[in-house]
Amino acid sequence: MDFGYPVLTLLILFPLVAACGLFFLRAPQVVRMYTFVVSVIELLLAVPLLGYTPNADFQFVERLDWVRQWGLEYYLGVDGISILMVWLTLAVLPLCVMCSWTYIGKRVKEFHFCLLFMTSAVLGVFCALDFVLFYVFWEAMLIPMYLLIAVWGGDDRKYASLKFFLYTLAGSTLLLAAIVAFRITGGTFAIPELMEHAFSFRFQFWAFLAMALAFAIKVPMFPFHTWLPAAHVQAPSAGSVILAAVLLKMGTYGFLRFCLPLTPAASEYFAPMMIAISIVSIIYGGAIALGQSDIKKLVAYSSVGHMGFVTLGIFLFNLRGVEGALFQMLNHGIVTGALFMMIGAVYERSHSRDIEKNLGLGKYMPAFMFFWGLMALASFGFPGTNGFVGEILVFVGAFQKSLWIGLLCVPGALLAAAYMFRVSLKMAWGKPSTARSWKDLNAREWVYLTIPAVFVLWIGLNPALFFKVIDPSIEKLLEDFDRRKVAHLETEQPMQTAATAIFGTVADKQ
Amino acid sequence: MNFDITLVVPELYFLCLVLVLTIQSLGDREWKPVVEKWLPFGAGLGFFVAIVNYGHEGLMLWDVYRVDMMSQFFKIAIAFGFFVTVINAARQPTLAEGKRSDYYMMLGFSALGLMILSSAVELITIYLALELASYSLYAVIPLRARNKGAAEAGVKYILFGAVATALALYGLSYIMASQHTTYIAELMSKSWTFADQPMAVIGLCLFLGGMFFKLALFPFHFWCPDVYQGASNETAAFVATLPKMGAIVILARLAVFLKPGLEITTLLAVLGALSMTYGNLAALAQTDIKRLLGFSSVAHAGYIMVGLVSGTPEGLAAAAFYALAYLVMNLLVFWVVCRVAVDGRNLKLSDLNGLYKKAPVLAFSLAAGAFALVGLPPTMGFMGKFFLITSAWDHGYNWLVITLVLNSAIAIYYYLSLFRHAFTEDKTPDLTPAPDNSWFASAGAGLLAGAVLLAGMVPAPLFNLAVEAGKSLMP
Repeated sequence: MDFGYPVLTLLILFPLVAACGLFFLRAPQVVRMYTFVVSVIELLLAVPLLGYTPNADFQFVERLDWVRQWGLEYYLGVDGISILMVWLTLAVLPLCVMCSWTYIGKRVKEFHFCLLFMTSAVLGVFCALDFVLFYVFWEAMLIPMYLLIAVWGGDDRKYASLKFFLYTLAGSTLLLAAIVAFRITGGTFAIPELMEHAFSFRFQFWAFLAMALAFAIKVPMFPFHTWLPAAHVQAPSAGSVILAAVLLKMGTYGFLRFCLPLTPAASEYFAPMMIAISIVSIIYGGAIALGQSDIKKLVAYSSVGHMGFVTLGIFLFNLRGVEGALFQMLNHGIVTGALFMMIGAVYERSHSRDIEKNLGLGKYMPAFMFFWGLMALASFGFPGTNGFVGEILVFVGAFQKSLWIGLLCVPGALLAAAYMFRVSLKMAWGKPSTARSWKDLNAREWVYLTIPAVFVLWIGLNPALFFKVIDPSIEKLLEDFDRRKVAHLETEQPMQTAATAIFGTVADKQ
Repeated sequence: MNFDITLVVPELYFLCLVLVLTIQSLGDREWKPVVEKWLPFGAGLGFFVAIVNYGHEGLMLWDVYRVDMMSQFFKIAIAFGFFVTVINAARQPTLAEGKRSDYYMMLGFSALGLMILSSAVELITIYLALELASYSLYAVIPLRARNKGAAEAGVKYILFGAVATALALYGLSYIMASQHTTYIAELMSKSWTFADQPMAVIGLCLFLGGMFFKLALFPFHFWCPDVYQGASNETAAFVATLPKMGAIVILARLAVFLKPGLEITTLLAVLGALSMTYGNLAALAQTDIKRLLGFSSVAHAGYIMVGLVSGTPEGLAAAAFYALAYLVMNLLVFWVVCRVAVDGRNLKLSDLNGLYKKAPVLAFSLAAGAFALVGLPPTMGFMGKFFLITSAWDHGYNWLVITLVLNSAIAIYYYLSLFRHAFTEDKTPDLTPAPDNSWFASAGAGLLAGAVLLAGMVPAPLFNLAVEAGKSLMP
């Protein structure tokens, strides 16, 4: 299906251009309406993406020269891995506008400007097929996110926003050096072409480390996760939603798009370490979440655990594991996004995120509790919800890889059930100390919670369509990975080369 | 003596401009029209003349003066910088009455000297042009009414400048004595290894010292933060930008001697690394914005070294592009600083608090400038840095590239604090006058910010010019 216009460029540019329109508006209500309409139009513009044919190729490709001497290109395209993330980003935007409708009272115009700017940058990250273009979008998203936390955040917003900015930017500086090194060695910045190039193990070793640092901070993996709880707790609801739903995915997307295809041998070499860190993240995130009294902090730490499942799935290098990882990326976006929106909704009523101050919601807000319950179930992977599909796939992948890896993840899943039950039971049936007169969900809240709820059940009960979209790309990814890794192992002994990677060998220097 | 008048039209134009300024400064103090009324147009025309003259090439005046793509590129940059600094200084609260035309005359002389410098291809000519560019600045820096710091800054600049000049001259004598020529074209074919020509290498090091002083490269940077702090905001805007262009063009010309692996190349690389690290670390502790920018320019001098030591036309092109980026982004930041400090005081970081409310366009422009200086996309600063590291990677200086990249990470903190104070802090200090929020101030800042962003997103046209400039230097 060809609609005759460059879909991806339009998707990236439209929010930016529309954001400039905000400068001509004054009344906050008009600004909100306008942004909402823009977000819906953005969704409509993405209709041609439904014509995506499930195969392993990059589609909707656009390719133009950018700076010829340096081989930079304006090169966009999506495959089965990125198209899901694009849809997720597009779907999150209207929900964010809706959930901050009454939450954001000051500098409304700037807030929506940041939201739109952010959407553009994130879409660019998922669509870019030129490494430098990717980096441009990757960095560009920092500024609006920084502002979202620093201007509209909670009491400790300055500390949190600064930490977020410094951590993520410091992490990605080495990524730039890696990108340049890829170009010098591989001769191009175009990602699909770099994927065909065989790099020496010595090169892969360093490139992997430089890239993995940037991605691990973004994910975030233990021990680079400390910015996340601070940022989540301080950010306004919409900021947390975007952070959880799409920004963290950029890190795992980076692993899938760059580390596995470009540095297969090094990925294989570092896989035990990555798996170990993932398992630590899963258990650590769950254990810390269990001890939280602040609901938002609890969900933030649960993100560390959930994203641990994603990175675990990726570094299992088997079909089930990577499928599970991709599903978990989508699921975590939907479920945690919805949880953060609900925390925002309850905060608007109680002005507190303390569990003890939000007891007994089952009685006052049954509809709210229904959605909360559903999302909580999905969060720890109850059968019939989307969380189950993702988690079980990662488990299958883990047990396929090794019994021990599988067994080590089990406590993580149990912890997730424990903290989610604890907070949900308290919120539903706890006895509040004072009488409440809170209203249940209003129409707007119904809308923005129903949409994720539908997806939770849809993916949970019938994930076939999603498998159809992602499987060809994952299969190709893994095929290439195995082929290139094996071809490599025949010529070089990784252990030996790894030992010499740091110091080099006489042969390397010649 | 071969002389072609069409080649040096920009220089002649600037000479005329300076002569008119001289006449006005000699004449009646109440001379109408006042200099600010006409000079911006004159300077704007100078920028136009420099652009029109682009593309001419030739060697003249006993081959000491070479008009090529590199010099034309920098002449355009200098004319543009002069134009912006003149507009910027048009309303200068700390300049005593009656000294206006003298002030602009000095700036004009300096710009003229820099233009000559960008075409000079013989060491003695370079030396003379450098002096022409410097002397007038020595006079301009203390011109800040009712400020004791200004005199101190002036003295520091003169003393350091004199020492640097003496070193350069001494080095020049060594080069002449050992290589028997002062023409860069001939020097290019000579050996520059320490084993072959120890005296020449020492001489070149000393000569380069003079350029490093202008560029404020570690360890020749000591004047920089103090002079920025002591001079008026508008003067600092000039001193921080234009003389650097002159130094970079000479370094680019001399960089053709440098092959990766030579002692002197390694020395430059080490100085570059030290300069960026020291500059960034020192800037972290600053609260006075001009001091902060001073140390940041020490760091930027180090970044430019990355392009120069790579020994390729791409490296020189990257250095030229980054020099232009540096010029534009610094002019942008100084423009905002001058507009916020309407009474000519030195700004503290806290003076920026709540700027987004008082002057949204200035705040936005400051953000663009600060992020460009960090090297965040999509700004000119990012592209510049990207070109620098691409040009230097795999030419034997990977460690320098890594140092640059890690330094960018350090630099984030203090540039971000400019942005942070302008956008996220609300408490404004009492009793400070409101920033200049006129349409003129906003338009100037907006245009410069637009240039920084546009050149970041579509760098190809400018970069092509830089590449031609880089190629024109290579034998």
